[in-house]
Order: sequence, then C-alpha cells, then structure tokens
Amino acid sequence: MMRIPKLIDRMDFSLMSPDEIRRVSVTKIITADTYDEDGYPIERGLMDSRLGVIDPGLRCRTCGARSGSCPGHFGHIELARPVVHVGYADTIHNCLRATCRKCGRISLPEPKLDDYRERIREMMAAGRKWWGVAHEVIRSASSVGKCPHCGEEKVKLKFEKPTAFVEGKNRLSPSDIRERLERITNDDALLLGINPKIARPEWTVLTALPVPPVTVRPSITLESGVRSEDDLTHKLVDIIRINQRLSENIGTGAPHLIVEDLWELLQYHVTTYFDNGVSGVPPARHRSGRILRTLAQRLRGKEGRFRGNLSGKRVDFSARTVISPDPNISINEIGVPEHIAKTLTIPVRVTEHNLEEVRNLIRRGPDIYPGANCMTSPDGKRYDLRYADREDLAKTVEPGFVVERHLTDGDILLFNRQPSLHRMSIMAHLAKILPGRTFRLNLSVCPPYNADFDGDEMNVHVPQSEEAQAEARILMGVQEQIISPRFGGPIIGGIQDHITGAYLLTRKGTRLTREQAQQLLAAVGLFVALPKPAVREGGAGYWTGKQIFSMLLPKGLNLTFKAKICENCTRCKKEECPIDAYVVIRDGQLIHGVIDARSYKALERCEVLDRIVKDYGTTIAREFLDRTTKLSIAAAVMLGFTTGIDDEDIPPEAKERIEEVLEEAGARVNKLIEVYNAGELEPLPGRSLRETLEMRIMGVLAESRDRAGGIAEKYLGLDNHAVIMARTGARGSMLNLTQMAACVGQQSVRGERLSRGYKGRALPHFKPGELGAEARGFVESNYKDGLKPLEFFFHAMGGREGLVDTAVRTAQSGYMQRRLINALQDLRVEYDNTVRDGRGAVVQFMYGEDGVDPARSDNGKAVNVEKIIERTIGG
Amino acid sequence: MGNTSKEFDIRLHVLVPKHEVLPKEEAREVLERYKVAPHQLPLIKSTDPAAKAIGAKHGDIIKITRNSPTAGKAIAYRYVIER
Repeated sequence: MMRIPKLIDRMDFSLMSPDEIRRVSVTKIITADTYDEDGYPIERGLMDSRLGVIDPGLRCRTCGARSGSCPGHFGHIELARPVVHVGYADTIHNCLRATCRKCGRISLPEPKLDDYRERIREMMAAGRKWWGVAHEVIRSASSVGKCPHCGEEKVKLKFEKPTAFVEGKNRLSPSDIRERLERITNDDALLLGINPKIARPEWTVLTALPVPPVTVRPSITLESGVRSEDDLTHKLVDIIRINQRLSENIGTGAPHLIVEDLWELLQYHVTTYFDNGVSGVPPARHRSGRILRTLAQRLRGKEGRFRGNLSGKRVDFSARTVISPDPNISINEIGVPEHIAKTLTIPVRVTEHNLEEVRNLIRRGPDIYPGANCMTSPDGKRYDLRYADREDLAKTVEPGFVVERHLTDGDILLFNRQPSLHRMSIMAHLAKILPGRTFRLNLSVCPPYNADFDGDEMNVHVPQSEEAQAEARILMGVQEQIISPRFGGPIIGGIQDHITGAYLLTRKGTRLTREQAQQLLAAVGLFVALPKPAVREGGAGYWTGKQIFSMLLPKGLNLTFKAKICENCTRCKKEECPIDAYVVIRDGQLIHGVIDARSYKALERCEVLDRIVKDYGTTIAREFLDRTTKLSIAAAVMLGFTTGIDDEDIPPEAKERIEEVLEEAGARVNKLIEVYNAGELEPLPGRSLRETLEMRIMGVLAESRDRAGGIAEKYLGLDNHAVIMARTGARGSMLNLTQMAACVGQQSVRGERLSRGYKGRALPHFKPGELGAEARGFVESNYKDGLKPLEFFFHAMGGREGLVDTAVRTAQSGYMQRRLINALQDLRVEYDNTVRDGRGAVVQFMYGEDGVDPARSDNGKAVNVEKIIERTIGG
Repeated sequence: MGNTSKEFDIRLHVLVPKHEVLPKEEAREVLERYKVAPHQLPLIKSTDPAAKAIGAKHGDIIKITRNSPTAGKAIAYRYVIER
C-alpha cells in the first residue's frame, strides 16, 4: 500500500493576500521577454526556468524534477499601481456602499450590528452559510444617509461596470478603494460576508499579481521550429509591458494624465487576463484577430474545465457501434463483434490453476481470436504481445503475472444508451462474441434503453477489477432490472410481435399437430415430452396453444385476471367469456383465457411476468421471458400473421351509414350556429356565449367521430389482423384503426378548433367568421380514402403542434432533470430507513413515508395480504 | 396562543397537518433516535403560520403528523429556527 504522506483535514476557498502571493512566488517577473536568441528562457522573464519545466530533458531549477513530475511553481508581478480584480468588483461595490467613507464602519447603529453578529455566529456554529444575513446588512446599510458612528454624510456611489467606481463626481482610483477597504474592521467584514480569518476586503484590489507556472500555459513548438505561446502568456506579456511603462512614467514624474491613462490600460489588461468576456470591455485579441482564451474562458462553458474535464471524463476500455436486434440471444446477453472483442481486454492474474490456459492465450496473441494483447510481470514490466516472440513469452509466464486477454463469452459488460435518463439506461450484460460489426441485443431490452434499430448506437464498458465485475453482475444485471423502480412493474417484457404471437397461440381454436407442437418447443429450446393431447381425432392427437404455452409457466403459479382484449361487459361471464378474455392459470397451467399485453408486455400491468419475478425470482423470470418471446415469434411464423391496408376495408353500407352520421353532425353544428346567431343559445355556467358554442360544437363533432368509429368497429372483428394488434395491445390502437377506416376527426391546436391563419378564418377558402365544421378543421375523410386538400392542410396544422410539443418537452424536461439530479445526487437511504443528504441531514424520516422499495413491492405494498390468503387457503 | 379568538385558526384547515411542540424530553429522544444535531433536521421558521399557531419558539422541535398515501400516517420532525 502507498503511504499517505499528508491527510487533508479541511479546505478553505479564500483570497490570496499580497504577502501570500509573494511568499509562494519563486521569482519576481520583470521582463516581458520569454526566450533569448539561443532559445533559452530568460532569467526573470515569463518563461523563467524556476517556474517549472515543459521541455523534456531539462530539470526544474526550483524542485529539480523533470518535466512531467515537476508540478510547476508560481512567480509574481509587482504592480506599479493597484488594480481592481474584476471577479470581485461586486464584492467591492457592496463593501463600499455599506460602509462610511470617513470612518470605514458599517453605516448601522452598534446594537443592530451586534444583533446581526449574534445571528451570524449562530449560523456559523450550525455550519450554515450566512450570506443571506450579509445581504440584509448590505441592503439596509447602503440606504442609510448619515453614518451613525461619525456623522459623516453619505455621498452617492455609482458602480460603473465592470471595474470603475464614481463617488459624487469623483472617480475613485483603485488606490482610494483599497485604502477604504483597509479601514473596514474585521468584525464588520464578517457582517459583509467576508470571513476575516481567511480573507480581507482589501485583497480584492491587487497590488501583486501571481504568474502561473509554465505548466499551466505551455508554449508549443510548430514543425517549422517557431515557438507559439499560450494565450495566457500573451496576456501576461501585455501586463508586464504596461506595468513597466507605468512605473517608468511614475519614476520620471510624468504628467498626471499620462499616468492615469497607463493605469487604466493596466486595469484593462489585468481585467481581460482574468476574464476576456466581461461585458463593457472590448475583448483582448490575438494578432490574428482571434479572441484570447484567458482564465475565465478556460473554466467556463460546455468545454470548460468543469463541464468538459471534471464532470465529463473520457474512459478507456469502452466501445461504441450501431445496434441491431437478435431474438436468439438471452436478454442477459449482448452480441459483441469479434473485432471489438479483440481490442477490449480483461486482466487475468496467472495462477497455477489457469497457467496452461493463459499460456495458450499468449501463444495465440492479439490477432487470433481468443488470445491476449499484453502481459505484465510481477515486477511491473510490460510486454506487448504484438511484437514479442510469443512462444518464448508463453514459457516465461508463471503465477503472479497479469495477462490482458480478449473478451470472451460470459464476460460481464456494461451496456449503455444515451440519454441515460434512468438507472436502466446502463445495465450489465454477458458478452457473446458474434461475427459482424454491430452490437446485438434482445428485443425485450429495447424499452429500458428506449432503443430502436434505425441507426442507434450504444456504448460498452468493460469492468476491469474483480470487485467491479462482481458488483456489476449482482447489482446491474439485466434480469435484476426487470421491475422498474419507477412504477413497480416490469419495464422489460414482451413487445409487439411477442404479444400477437402469444395471442395467436393461446386463443380458442388454435389446434396443433404433433409436428407443429414439437417444432414450437424446439424453437424455444425445450426438449421435453409433450403432455397428453387435448383432442383426439381420427387416431391423431392435437394440442391446444394453451397447452404449449403452459409448458413455459412455472409450477404452482395461480392467477386469475382479465386480459387486455376484455370488453368490460356489465356482467362478466367469467370462464364463459365469448372472446376468452378471462384468464385463469392454475398450478402453472393456462386453463382459460388468452395471453396478451396484460400478461407480459413491457411497461404495462403484466400480471404473469410480474408475478413470476416477484414469486419465483429473476432467474426464472428471465428464462420465462427468453422462452415466451421465442415461442411467440415461432407461433406467429407458424400460424401466419400479416397486415395490409385491406385490413381497414369496410363494406359500402357501413360507409353510407358513416356518411349519414357525419352529415347529420354537420347539420346539427349548423343548427347550433343558427341558434347562436339568433342569440338564443343558453350559455354554460362560467362560459361566454362564444365559448359555449365552441364547446357544444366540439362535443357534437367528437361524438359523431366516435359514432363513425363505432360503425367501423362493428366490421373490424378479432379475425382482422390489424384489430388483433390493437386489441391485444401489441401495436396501435382502435382509434388509429377507425381513423384509417372511418373518419379522422377534429384537428386542434391548444385544444381548440383551428381558427388562426387569416383574419377571422383559418384558410382563405372560407368566409371570415365562418364557424361550420369544415371551416374550422373537421376532417370527415379517413386516411385510407385520403383527405381532401383543405383537410390535408388542417391536418398538417394539427400535426405541427405535436411536433413542436415534443421538441419543447424534451428541452424542458432535460433541463429539469439536470437541475433535479444536481439537487438530489447525494441523497441516500440509510440503514435506519431515513433519507439523508451529503451532510447527514434528514430529508425524509422514513423512505417514501412507508419504507417500501417500489421495485420490490407488490403493487406498492410491502405485502399483498390477499395473495397470501389465497395461496394458503385457496391452494 | 398566537391567534386571537376572531382570527381564523389555520390548524382547523384540512390541508394543515397536525403540528405539536415536543416536550424537551421527547425532543431529546428524537435527536438521540436519529443521531442528529438539531440543525440536521428539516427546519421551520418560527414565523411559519403553523408554528405560530402552536406557539413554537426558536429551539423547539415540532412533530408533524400527516396523512400519507403510502403509509397511512407519517410523522416528521422539524427544528424551529428564528425568522
């Protein structure tokens, strides 16, 4: 173990006093030049070799270390005249306006100050910030007209951004400012928000300027041999030049005006040295006209030190490529291209048990797939297997070596898709090395990553240490994330075809021959004997789909629920349900009902999957899911499933009836308008007449659309494939279908009928103020027959709102999420079930008030009493 | 304490949960139970209408009993600070 040379006990962020600047300085910088003709750094120049080394081979004159290990050392510039530090201009302003210009005390009576002091002392003791109090002090003190301590009248002080202060008509020089700040007592400084133990107000006006080490502003040598200096160095050159001229002019007793001008110029250079983006100051530019990147610019913004380098670090052992689906691998697995597997490595420590194995890996080297790229001997020497005699190295390997071997099947990997909005955006998968160039993933893990295959790319990270691998396996494994902590239900489950396939298989009337049944089981990879056939006919046995599906259900599973296709009849016929929507599972046998979205679709109330995860554990749930999805796909393929626009065909008589309904609705709308125009419309409570009319019209039109849809639905039964998808919850909705088959309906923006565009009308084809159905965006056509031209434009207007909404919503919710994460990142649940922040302060006294983890609860409850009773008594 | 008879007593409002000042003994027990300093508890100003209504003063600990959708009843404690 490394010895810890020093322990950090406490950190303070404070100002540097001029004395401290001089104390840490290794040299005073007096010349603006950097290198002499021979290319050596000039003594007491900006590249003085005591400031650290950047050229390889040289030694630092301060610490003796070489470049790379020498951290660099500060120098300093003695400023001929003090200048204001831009970053503290606000602080200076506060100090000046809150204190008396003569005696330097805060312009508040002593008892009041004592009162404030007491409050601050209390807050300090509690470890809280007292800035709020300081602001109060400043606010009240700056409005006082006469100093209560010496009686001096206050003169109006104006802060001319960014660094100038004007009192009455006189402009205060930085020297004047510094003098005043010096007069503030330590006790008063505390009240102004400055802790005198670590900083004094006058230190905000600089008399000495620290010169950062050369390691902070390295010069680069171009191929032509020309040296190019860092922006900071350029800026420091400017400062030194002006500083020199200023001190010369002062020395020779130059006219006041010239000194003032130079002083102001020095202030400008020091200001832009700190921050080259201050408003009101023209930014300092490079000779080429490029704006210089000075201190504040290095820290600020997306690519600044904080967001770019500290919060956003780059990592090794990661890979990124396009994703594509693979229904044949487990949800736990991820297909990794061989090329990537040969680049990403895992360190293995050689022991006598794996010696032979490792030797083989070394012999195979970096190019033949399960091989190794590198090895390290116990004394830390590294061997690159690309260039070495591998046969030789394989012989020298012995226990204690570390070999970096290729990724192989079963290695644990972290898989991630941006934006990482919730914890399921990074999950641990087991590697499966496959040919090809894309990452392969099981379709059931698309919902947690929110992934599709229209060109999405994803990242992989390889945990290196045994500890990290174990942690990933136990905590981050895909199967551990089936239940989302967001709503306590499965976020990983069947999607789309999985649902349709299961429905086709389990619905009434599905009859399978022995061959078919066995083929389905083979697709699942289940090689067990078939149960007794449900039907015997002509000497041959036939199996129902329910029987086959039951073979995947764990023994002892008991469930009763209503399927997604349930029509919510007023009186449920239960087992006698005509559409088989009443699902009964007894001891792992599907006795009644069909399997659809309600049973195992991701992001829904999936009764079966949910129950299996919670009662049988994640491994069995994973197996169930892997198998069910394969079975469903195989069933859909075997039984045949397709959809096309003729699925939305409805007979001519239905079309006629729909037309009638719409015509009648149009007439009713016109009638309403007539009544309105006649002034006979009864207003609804709290609404104006216009609003009432709009609401009535919208009501009539919405109802007519529903009725038109209802007519179409009568002809769209469960033998229709599009309907199967909609009703089982696989994809699409009945609304989508009726919009295609019957009537699209009212288009709207912000919940109102379309009215904007032209004066008093939405399109120029109508009369201004026309209120009829078609003038305000009612689309009576359906998608299948096509929209009329005017309807098409109305539809585009309504559709636009949806697009804008999604764009705005993502931007807003992204920012909100950022703020929330910043605020909540340190919160955690302690062992006493309290939620505490980073300081150990209590946020909740009991997590969620009931201490229940939603991912492990049963519909939000810690225990489901009914289930337990049913299991013990009813079993 | 804080309210005269004619004023509306906010404690009667449905949305105001039950606030009560803990006796010193119980307050110490709470701090002991959660192993916290008073300032590590959630804070409440002594000028807070609910705190004023029960006459809580700086340094007191208030016990708040509210209805919870998850747990039925939930108890929270707050440390009273000035202003």
